[in-house]
Amino acid sequence: MSQHNVSININGTEHSHDVDARLLLVHYIRENCDLTGTHIGCDSTSCGACTVIVDGRAIKSCTMFAVQASGKEVETIEGVADGGLHPIQEGFWEMHGLQCGYCTPGMIMCAKTLLEKNPDPTEEEIRWGISGNLCRCTGYNKIVEAIQYAAEKINQPEAASA
Amino acid sequence: MIPGKFDYYAPTSVDEAIDMLVTHGSEAKILAGGQSLIPAMRYRLAVPEVLIDINGLTDLNYLKQVNGHLAIGAMCREVDLEESDVVQSQYHLLADAAEVIADPLVRNQATVGGNIAHADPANDHPAVMLAYDATVVAKGPSGERTIPIDSFFTDLFESALSEQELLTEIRIPTPGANSGGAYVKLERKVGDYAIGAVAVQLTLAADGTVAAARIGLTNVYYMPMRATGAEAALIGQDPSDEAVLEAAGIAAAAECDPSADLRGSAAYKRDVIRTLAKRAITKAVERAR
Repeated sequence: MSQHNVSININGTEHSHDVDARLLLVHYIRENCDLTGTHIGCDSTSCGACTVIVDGRAIKSCTMFAVQASGKEVETIEGVADGGLHPIQEGFWEMHGLQCGYCTPGMIMCAKTLLEKNPDPTEEEIRWGISGNLCRCTGYNKIVEAIQYAAEKINQPEAASA
Repeated sequence: MIPGKFDYYAPTSVDEAIDMLVTHGSEAKILAGGQSLIPAMRYRLAVPEVLIDINGLTDLNYLKQVNGHLAIGAMCREVDLEESDVVQSQYHLLADAAEVIADPLVRNQATVGGNIAHADPANDHPAVMLAYDATVVAKGPSGERTIPIDSFFTDLFESALSEQELLTEIRIPTPGANSGGAYVKLERKVGDYAIGAVAVQLTLAADGTVAAARIGLTNVYYMPMRATGAEAALIGQDPSDEAVLEAAGIAAAAECDPSADLRGSAAYKRDVIRTLAKRAITKAVERAR
């Protein structure tokens, strides 16, 4: 089995390791880089708990080999807060967008690219956008409200914090 | 779950990728989006000894309108279809399919070429490409050849590609005047395979009857299939006649051969196909008018 030296920029920090070709990106992030905010849920490309952003696109990190991400920029939940909570994180806090919290990192990473692509989504567009992320607690309503809160805050920062 | 051991290669040109295919032959699998292959490897349903990753072949990442067809490069991702103005405005059947394949996260990585090369009758693009009468372009050690979609799928997970060939492009003929298409899929939940789905591409004559029609069915046969009986029931007929629609639906239901599974009984799936065929034809006709 081939071994490869991978260099991946995760949240602005360069990580470099020798890894087996078969090492999945999610295992690299969690075990080689100790960034355990990215969760493993289903391990079958179904649930989206392992969602990270690779070169601007949200993907399931259980369905990419670490070697494929070499040279790329990866963003995980640990890189989202900048000083204070990111508006999406604040939305999940304010609108009770989580219960057990297991799906939350993946939901937030997916929502982040959703809002970057479409800063003012309708409720239907939000539901469609997070349709690859499963939540078994909330029934999704509170997650949708959290993302709506974030969209409003990002678009009108003063109004939402008033 | 951890995939089996393999050697990984990342060629930087199509020719280099073909050289690797020639060297490794049946031991090798091409890694494109990986959204079917990697799950299969995690379950150890697939244990390839060699992976040839073509994600570095950025010259295959294109989607362009040329000489009467849409050229989809092998590394074009599903999300690129959703974001393409050309696809959204001129290729309605493809646009319909692009938004119901798997889920948004998978579509960010999955490729159209991989969806077809995998030759899975449960995948959505095979039926779509059958309805479009698409052409597959493959390159191997002896050069490039084109394969009509009707002879591309040969069996379950089997295609006309040789072990030394790489799918490089898919060509969809640009729909002419009075043409319309639609893809209608029934799934239990986002991300699951279809219970059944119907792809229709048709052209209307000046008198409103169906001049030409091709219909593909998803996940109701052991391989990707065309519903030629349903096509015959439509051609020359007035598609606004409910009896014509019903006849086409019944023909499609009769000629498919679904397996009973957790998504339903064979009889249920046949009836799903009957209904979806009628809906897809109706939608395609509306778009053709």
